[in-house]
Amino acid sequence: MSSAGYTAMAGGTGLWEKLKRWVPIFVITPSIIASFVYVFVFAGWTLYISLSDSTLLPTYGFKGLENYFSLWANRRWGVAYSNLFFFSTFYVLAAMAVGLVLALLLDQKIRAESFWRTMYMYPLAVSFIVTGTVWQWLYNPTGGIQFLVNSLGWTDFQFALTSDRKNAIWAIILTGIWQSAGFTMALFLAGLRSVDGDIIKAASIDGASTFRIYRKVILPSITPIFLAVAVVQLQAAIKTFDLAVALTNSGPGISTTFPATYVYDLMFQRGQIGEGAAAAMMILAALAVVLVPYSLYLAWRRRRESGRG
Amino acid sequence: MAEATLNSSGVVDHEASVASRRRLISRIVIYGLLSGFALIYLIPLCVVVFNSFRTLPEISAHGLIAFPQSFRLDAWPQAWSDFCIGGQCEGIQRYFWNSVAMVVPATIISTALGAINGYVLSKWKFPGSDIVFGMMLLGVFMPGQIALLPWAFILGKIGLANSVYGLILVHCIQGLSFTTLFCRNYFVGIPDDLVKAARIDGAGFWRIFYKIILPISPPILIVTVIWQFTGIWNEYLFGVVLNSGANQPITSALVALSLNGTTVRTYDVMSAAVLIGALPPLLVYFFGGKYFVRGLTQGAIK
Repeated sequence: MSSAGYTAMAGGTGLWEKLKRWVPIFVITPSIIASFVYVFVFAGWTLYISLSDSTLLPTYGFKGLENYFSLWANRRWGVAYSNLFFFSTFYVLAAMAVGLVLALLLDQKIRAESFWRTMYMYPLAVSFIVTGTVWQWLYNPTGGIQFLVNSLGWTDFQFALTSDRKNAIWAIILTGIWQSAGFTMALFLAGLRSVDGDIIKAASIDGASTFRIYRKVILPSITPIFLAVAVVQLQAAIKTFDLAVALTNSGPGISTTFPATYVYDLMFQRGQIGEGAAAAMMILAALAVVLVPYSLYLAWRRRRESGRG
Repeated sequence: MAEATLNSSGVVDHEASVASRRRLISRIVIYGLLSGFALIYLIPLCVVVFNSFRTLPEISAHGLIAFPQSFRLDAWPQAWSDFCIGGQCEGIQRYFWNSVAMVVPATIISTALGAINGYVLSKWKFPGSDIVFGMMLLGVFMPGQIALLPWAFILGKIGLANSVYGLILVHCIQGLSFTTLFCRNYFVGIPDDLVKAARIDGAGFWRIFYKIILPISPPILIVTVIWQFTGIWNEYLFGVVLNSGANQPITSALVALSLNGTTVRTYDVMSAAVLIGALPPLLVYFFGGKYFVRGLTQGAIK
């Protein structure tokens, strides 16, 4: 209707009529400007600062890629991105696995389904700050899980993830899974429920077991959901900040530094704005590496589906 | 049906009982697993709730994970109005009200703008409107770190540095892409003929919006409001970077509280403070759960 509508309306006379045609554009212009500034000007600005000699305050002396070189030469950045790879792998895969198990369990025509769902999903409503704070207590060896198990009689039991350089990242991974499994569960459950009931009925009349029906019929038909969940989880992993701050505050030492926490550290604790901006651009690049191929794939799939009619 | 097979023959009877036993076992396994997971999800919540009622000596003697043997409410008023955070002993209340003052206007404004944008981008398309929509979508994926320096600079220039108003502006613009996306995708489903008929009858842009679009939008508006409210309430990065001291929102105050490291951990007061900070989004979740989940799944699969 859109453009045809405009030509039809153009028949009106007088200034008022002409102005009226522009109302929608007037109305949306501030939002267009705001979005443009937010997306392009901000990204361009940060890019420029990453190429500048800024330290405590933004300055605009050009020094090329030097900030990027010194960032990649920095040992702490090395810790940050290897943490990101390690964390992403387990966070994405395990949260999907747990979410899928929960979704499959909930799909077995159980009683009080919404009660169970509410239980698994409430962490999604609260902030990572709250989750991180509480789990930090649970990981605390002198009062949390280790203390509990010790006092139950297993006195040698050790569980002190957050005070152990090598294993502190696991504290963040486990808490991340705990927080987001309900989310992957919701997406998988929506997928399971969208599978055509007739196909399932046909398979069960043929005598296929429940397990076989899931493996051969239902799960293959929701592969797009697996991909979508993985992408959403991965981009959340790349942005990991709150959880790492609340749970370990990048420690012990620098062992749980993440790219996002390092950006904050460079920009606002060490006064190295230029290098911090370079690190922020690397986060943007990492997101682009995940999201650009995915959106191209989505566009391709959409075209193929509409092509088939 | 089970009774019919029971009477017909012994073999079938036997098979039926094996099948029903297998079914019983699988039910036990399913509910067992569900309960196990539920326990893992409930324990952290119980730990905070219980500890907010326990005394400190009891917590240090029996650990954080234990049933309360005493019950007192002292920690709650302490957390609310006396507790010291960053040298100021006014409790969590100031930060709580900062968050309220930030989240209410930011949610209303960004949702209203999103509804109007979505209406224009679905029902009053103009040349290039799809490009505009695509650009707004990009905002969904922008990491906050990219925007930190520009925001700090702009808010400083317009005199909104270290103020709740500055955070309102930040969250309105940051949320614009989400609210526009939600509303646009919902409005696309409204038949164009409905709008066309109204235009032939002489209704204008705003009249159609108020009389046709708004009356059928409550479902998406609730989803958007809940999404924005929980998202802004729980946001930490902008709050801690752009504001300091007494102007920070509650998430930053909670971090300051728990990183207060040097002093003895006052787990009772901290539990109450954490619960106060988590309560508003939790209430929204328990009362609007259906819409909350819808927002999550729609936000994820665009």
